[in-house]
Amino acid sequence: MAAPSRTRIQQISDLWTDERLRGIAFQLLVITSLALFFTFIIWNTATNLKHAGLASGYGFLQDAASFDINQRLIDYDSTSSYGRAFLVGGLNTVLVAVLGIAAATAIGFLVGLMRLSSNFLVGRIASLYVELTRNIPLLLQIIFWWVIILTMPRVRDSISVGDVLFLNNRGIRMPQPILEDTFQFVLALIVAGSIGTFFLARWARKRHELTGQTFPVGWSAIGLIFGLPGLSMLFLGLPISLEIPLQGKFNFAGGFNVTPELIALWLALSLYTGAFISEVVRSGILAVDKGQIEAARAVGLPPGLRTRKIILPQALRVIIPPLTNQYLNLTKNSSLAVVIGYQDIVSIGETVLNQSGQALEVISIYMAFYLTLSLLTSVLMNWYNQRTALVRER
Amino acid sequence: MFFRDQSEMLPARAAPITEVGIVGWLRINLFSSYPNSALTLVSLTLLLLVVPPFIDWVLIKAQFSGDTGEACSGIGACWAWVDQRLGQFFYGFYPAEAHWRVNVTAVLLVPAILYVLVDNLPGAKFGRWFSYVYPLLAAYLLVGGFGLEVISSDKFGGFMLNMIVGLTGIVLSLPIGVLLALGRQSRLPVIRLFSIAFIEAVRGVPLITLLFVAIVLLQLFLPPEVSLDQLLRVIIMVTLFASAYMAEVVRGGLQAIPKGQIEGAQAVGLGYWQTMRLIVLPQALRISIPGIVNTFIGLFKDTTLVIIIGLFDLLGHARLLQTNPDWIGDVDHEAYLFSAAVFFLVCFLMSRYSVSLEKQLSKDRH
Repeated sequence: MAAPSRTRIQQISDLWTDERLRGIAFQLLVITSLALFFTFIIWNTATNLKHAGLASGYGFLQDAASFDINQRLIDYDSTSSYGRAFLVGGLNTVLVAVLGIAAATAIGFLVGLMRLSSNFLVGRIASLYVELTRNIPLLLQIIFWWVIILTMPRVRDSISVGDVLFLNNRGIRMPQPILEDTFQFVLALIVAGSIGTFFLARWARKRHELTGQTFPVGWSAIGLIFGLPGLSMLFLGLPISLEIPLQGKFNFAGGFNVTPELIALWLALSLYTGAFISEVVRSGILAVDKGQIEAARAVGLPPGLRTRKIILPQALRVIIPPLTNQYLNLTKNSSLAVVIGYQDIVSIGETVLNQSGQALEVISIYMAFYLTLSLLTSVLMNWYNQRTALVRER
Repeated sequence: MFFRDQSEMLPARAAPITEVGIVGWLRINLFSSYPNSALTLVSLTLLLLVVPPFIDWVLIKAQFSGDTGEACSGIGACWAWVDQRLGQFFYGFYPAEAHWRVNVTAVLLVPAILYVLVDNLPGAKFGRWFSYVYPLLAAYLLVGGFGLEVISSDKFGGFMLNMIVGLTGIVLSLPIGVLLALGRQSRLPVIRLFSIAFIEAVRGVPLITLLFVAIVLLQLFLPPEVSLDQLLRVIIMVTLFASAYMAEVVRGGLQAIPKGQIEGAQAVGLGYWQTMRLIVLPQALRISIPGIVNTFIGLFKDTTLVIIIGLFDLLGHARLLQTNPDWIGDVDHEAYLFSAAVFFLVCFLMSRYSVSLEKQLSKDRH
């Protein structure tokens, strides 16, 4: 039999209760309101820019910057372009991020292990450090370290560490390594050694899977990457030397200077992030099932192997995702550099913004820079997670 | 017979002295092996090197009275400024005769928060209403109008500013964060994509860039005749920032709800919004409270960033003091130590609360 005919009103109410149709209608509504919202913003921005007589676009990046940057990794002077200034700033951000990540990882693993120590005092000192650094705003810590360095003695009264390192209110004066031309050969050897190690490790893993025989990859890696280049340096007559700074009355001769800004930022970032990393490390190690360690003991693995082959691989699987998150946080937090005048991308962008008035463009460069870093990290992270994901048997 | 008839238990002997009491505790926790004893000695030396001189400097040799930095000797900490500057550190340039308004707002904050977080309080029904009305009441008390003298927001400062920006940000970001979290799990592609894009974009950039948007771009986006108060602009951007993080916290809570709960709700005929409002969210938000508190701690610490755009919060006033001609060179560390202590106290207590809540939650579940 045919379905009972329904009135028109019922048909309309059918449409309303049709879940799919309602979903589409709701999405259309969201799209329309978003479109309206952005039109509103763009229209306002265009009018406001016209009133202010500002041209939009990225052409200004080629104009001469005409300001100085005292901390730089690549050639730059005041006749260079805004674009190049941004590049210098971006590299400075990467510099402090890399330095900070290295130190924060070291601190984090050390303190994480200290907190797990059976020694009461060691555990307490570690928690004291973690609670203190985690609960005080990072910005305050950055300024605090900066002030401490700025209130150090003047150059004339520098605190000397073994007559090699000098601490004063202009930062740290360090010996500068001087490389001779033949050092390039050593560098090439190091690169070749690293590539060799990579293939050696692959071969060793395959052989281990096939035959169960192990190969001392660690020792051969040290030999290939450090040993051979080290030996070659002896043959080349040490193509590297240190230029020790000489203390003068007002300044130093030789060596190179690390600015107070870089030191303060680096210290604060590593200590702050180190505390968070120590928590990550601690919970990662605690997450390893106790039975795993007991089983390793039962089959007679010595403590070193137990840590390397049983605990670490399983703990790292838990540790690495939040660890990269901390690395990303550190990189983003390095933008606080602007407060003490370390010339990172935000600080240089602010100068550019004040000079050129190109607010929209400068801020879009900031966001593009940080979003690229975040995106790259999350792509790497997903790749890692897929590689190490537990294969569950069913 | 070599064994005698043992019909009675032998009286228990006391544990050896090396295993109980202070000696036992020391042996187990500090001197269980040679390396451990060495570690203990190193730690003790470290503590002795740092703690006594610090206490000596901060309290014993410190100077507590005086009108300028000249009163301070330099061998101990200089706390002489506290007397004249404490008000500024907490209230900024808020007029002194109106400080009571801030105080009343702060005192009323306690029940407003308690009635949200704690279940079985007396007068809970009225209390809930009070919590909802509190933000309006606080705004009225702080800004003024309707009989109270109007105080413009550029007078707000000191620790009060940190509290205002942090609390407003977290309260406003909660509903937005919940919507974003639901949106991220929605079956509707447009909603899902928009939520993911917003969350990831905001989480991918530092708060500083958003504050720059607040001061240089927000005005550009709006019609010229609309002019937003600077504090309001900051609060808008801080709210957007916090809501992305809040969304991820709430998502964690949503994912912890068993699917059977949703299926059960559908089986009794509840629609999407009813399911969420009555079944899923009450459970998910309860699990998320520790995460929300942690987000708040993070946001609260981040409120110090407002000094970058020229507002004077607690840290801003510490800087003002440090560079003040009367005090310059005498309070370089003291001003920051004081602010650090205030932040530490608040953040530490909150993180303790969050930890205890987490423990309680995991106990309830098992």
